[in-house]
Amino acid sequence: MSEPVPEVLLDVTVTVNDVPRHARVPARRLLSDFLRHDVGLTGTHVGCEHGVCGACTVLVDGAPVRSCLMFAVTAQAHRVATVEGLGTVEAMGPVQQAFTECHGLQCGFCTPGFVTTVTAYLEDHPDPTADEAREAISGNLCRCTGYQNIVKSVLRAAEIKAEASASEGPAAGSTA
Amino acid sequence: MKPAPFVHHAPRTVEEAVEVLARVGHDGKVLAGGQSLIPILNMRLASPAHLVDVNAVSGLDDLTVTADAVRVGALVRHARLEHDQVVYGASPLLRRVVRHVAHPVIRNRGTTVGSIVHADPAGEMPAVLALTGGVVEVASARGAREIPCHDFFLGPMETALEPDELAVGVRFPLFGATTGTAFAERARRHGDYALAGVAAAVAVEDGVVSSARLSFVSVTDVPGILDVTEACRGQAPGEIDWSACDDLVREHLAPEDDIHATAEYRAMLATQLAHLVLAEAATDAVAAQGDSAA
Repeated sequence: MSEPVPEVLLDVTVTVNDVPRHARVPARRLLSDFLRHDVGLTGTHVGCEHGVCGACTVLVDGAPVRSCLMFAVTAQAHRVATVEGLGTVEAMGPVQQAFTECHGLQCGFCTPGFVTTVTAYLEDHPDPTADEAREAISGNLCRCTGYQNIVKSVLRAAEIKAEASASEGPAAGSTA
Repeated sequence: MKPAPFVHHAPRTVEEAVEVLARVGHDGKVLAGGQSLIPILNMRLASPAHLVDVNAVSGLDDLTVTADAVRVGALVRHARLEHDQVVYGASPLLRRVVRHVAHPVIRNRGTTVGSIVHADPAGEMPAVLALTGGVVEVASARGAREIPCHDFFLGPMETALEPDELAVGVRFPLFGATTGTAFAERARRHGDYALAGVAAAVAVEDGVVSSARLSFVSVTDVPGILDVTEACRGQAPGEIDWSACDDLVREHLAPEDDIHATAEYRAMLATQLAHLVLAEAATDAVAAQGDSAA
């Protein structure tokens, strides 16, 4: 094709979990690598790097997006949320709690992508059926669980969210 | 699995974007949603020296419905086209089809115009553009032009777009009140590339079919219209033997063998899906007229 292009570094700032993160990176830096290597947030996992497996899914302005199919330089205009932004070990988000309760993970490699995808899904679909839950996770691959417990986790997460909003009133602890 | 180095351009206007494209010529590639381009870059199937990232270009994210068309700007993501109620009211076909484009997460980022410019024979949106007789709106430093879809798709992944040109939008013309539409595809798993897909538009006037057209996914080199009216004209929708269209369909198809299915299987599948969507589209046409009469 064309002659090799010399590497040029750019100043890139991306807002990740509400914190502006800056690094000097080449334009070809994928958002997934920016998050892991430059910012040090290794919760976002990298599986296939061509958009099939879903492990690297993050929320961009609240919507799930493959971070391996977006350049960090393009992400500058947006708010990015990773699995680290959806809860902590002490205070897990509803989806994280549901995956824990329902044994929705085994090796855990794919889990960050499921948690981000399901978090966004439940914002728009607070009361899914089992079939809808299965469809919602159809873009994420898991090679351990056989998906049964992940479907249960999605349904349980919806319950936890409903219980929380019933007992605490509106908008308690909602995530980006 | 990392892209080769490239020079990143972030124009703010269409004028700036086409100026860069004119300068870099064949070494340039436009980046919008990137859901097809970035995998290609990651796998180094392509390594353009210049990427013209149009995500910050103003005026490209309009989604409008006019009296005769749905116009989709170059930065309109599939998900927006899918969920827009005004678009659905004007053209239910667009929602029915766009739901088959990959997975929801991909549709959050991928653009409809990008999908059309990518011109993958397995792409759903090029087939809809063909069925609707759509138009691609193009800008370049040399001026604007419009390319009708039958001149736009030249071959698999090949379009009439010149290296200095930017597709700024597409128009999907609306069908008249007598026309019903339908779409079906089959894949190993929902969201995968289709083994075969078929879109249909059937017009029913005075209780009989007056025209019937098809376009195909994954079984032709380029999306184009197949007119099967001669096999069903003048017949009442409930009484048509759609297999009368089979010879026309088979002649139109150019399926290929791959690891997922043989060419013969794809041809058989496309033929069966054609029966399905023709019947659905005819029913849709009758139902729509029943609604408007009532």
